Amino acid sequence: MLEIKNIDVHYGVIHVLKGISFTVNDGEIVTLIGANGAGKTTTLRTISGLKKPTSGTILLDGEDITQVSPRERVKRGISHAPEGRRIFPDMTVLENLELGAYLRKDKEEIAKDLKKVYERFPILYDRKKQLAGTLSGGEQQMLAIGRALMSRPRILFLDEPSMGLAPFLVQEIFNIIKDINTTGTTILLVEQNASMALQIAHRAYVLETGSIVLSGTGAELMQSDEIKKAYLGG
Amino acid sequence: MEQLLQQVINGISLGSIYALIALGYTMVYGIIKLINFAHCDVYMIGAYIGYFCMNNFHLGFVPSLLISMVVCTLLGIAIEKIAYKPLRNATRIAVLITAIGVSLFLEYGTMFFVKATSRSYPEMTGMMAQRFNFGNVVISMQQILILAITVVLMILLQLIVKKTRIGKAMRAVSMDRDAAELMGINVDTTITFTFALGSALAGAAGVLVGVYYNSINPLMGVLPGLKAFVAAVFGGIGIIPGAMIGGYFIGAVEVFVSGYGGSLYRDAVVFGILILILIVKPTGLLGKNTREKV
Ligand SMILES: Nc1ncnc2c1ncn2[C@@H]1O[C@H](COP(=O)(O)OP(=O)(O)OP(=O)(O)O)[C@@H](O)[C@H]1O
Ligand SMILES: [Mg+2]
Repeated sequence: MLEIKNIDVHYGVIHVLKGISFTVNDGEIVTLIGANGAGKTTTLRTISGLKKPTSGTILLDGEDITQVSPRERVKRGISHAPEGRRIFPDMTVLENLELGAYLRKDKEEIAKDLKKVYERFPILYDRKKQLAGTLSGGEQQMLAIGRALMSRPRILFLDEPSMGLAPFLVQEIFNIIKDINTTGTTILLVEQNASMALQIAHRAYVLETGSIVLSGTGAELMQSDEIKKAYLGG
Repeated sequence: MEQLLQQVINGISLGSIYALIALGYTMVYGIIKLINFAHCDVYMIGAYIGYFCMNNFHLGFVPSLLISMVVCTLLGIAIEKIAYKPLRNATRIAVLITAIGVSLFLEYGTMFFVKATSRSYPEMTGMMAQRFNFGNVVISMQQILILAITVVLMILLQLIVKKTRIGKAMRAVSMDRDAAELMGINVDTTITFTFALGSALAGAAGVLVGVYYNSINPLMGVLPGLKAFVAAVFGGIGIIPGAMIGGYFIGAVEVFVSGYGGSLYRDAVVFGILILILIVKPTGLLGKNTREKV
């Protein structure tokens, strides 16, 4: 279980996260929605250790990980497919996937996971020798997710996986996210596409300029008037 | 024709030296976007280590080369840890100024210990002094050695960068530091390793130059350092094969310009090339214009 307690984050003097708290239980899909600049990406970056919070605690299974390195967090089962994909453009698809398993030593299990990623994303298998930077946007997104799965995470962060994708691909990505979840991976999902995210999420939090203003089950928030007005287009 | 061939051979020797030094500039730039001005002084210190090994301890060429590479590796690691690591989040100009400071410190620190006068590498004897004549074209054993050692080191470097875990980490960090961290790569260790690799190559270049040109002094790194930097920019800074190609190109240009009567303009031509690249293709020969996908 991941518990975020009163996290404050500043960029210089700008107060970006204002004491936010939330939890992600094992096995859930939790989504974080909110307008541009609300602080969603910052939240994920703080939990995976790329950004140091000014105060507050992050607990993973009851252990305080607020001060540990990003590397140690990966070891403990956190994996983060960042905003904008951030694949390694001048490496092949295969090399990208292998880097996802950078901290693992169990060669045979890595090979199994690689096979699973290829089964999930056959296009990556076809393109395994191709430089990742030459993939299409959708393929890059699949690579980013595949790479994040290669660490065999217990909890997976996805930051706007549907960004820039054609509608049918958006649907496919969400199906895949659901499927990854049913095979046992907890998911923390950040999305602009609130209606899709709320459909697959067990629970959701709404972030507004650095504060959590609403929370509930996916179904509850879909019915909420505020949400309908602000994020679901009426 | 014979003269041309002779120039090519001389160009390859000089180019090898530039290429070895350029690799260090390019790898460090690739990973932390820093022009490590102190790099040329690591090369100079490498030359001195080789000198002391041969002259004072009467070691052979190969042990001297290896010792110099090891000492330079340690020096490179020390420079990174002491001077640059504390500035990881500082502005680039602050780090650049620090680099110049480290460079001056090494130059004048060395001068304090070894005096400013030039020293001569011990005469090469036996096999090392052999020369092969093909008509009027002369190839010295030293030239063969320079090329052979450079090629071996470059192959080793490629293997490290392409095949090993730390090499993959190096490439990952130079492409996207945050993403590399998210893979669990230890970025600090990787940066230190990059300095170590580059410095080892500079150490080798120092000994090779000592053996080839004989004379060394505490400021010997400055000009070759600048030219190796031009070589790195020519090939595309941050790109390893670019530094190799750039090194040989600059070496060839220099030898040809002086060989055909222009030795006074030799350096001017090299820096003219720098200006030209910066105008025509600032990303260098192998550099590509950065593009992003949505
Ligand atoms: N590196 C940075 N330096 C300064 N300010 C930053 C930095 N990164 C983010 N911010 C600021 O923090 C705020 C939150 O940004 P964040 O990227 O977390 O938003 P977001 O909710 O992910 O937005 P989007 O939906 O557009 O991705 C923004 O106001 C942004 O300008
Ligand atoms: Mg964002």
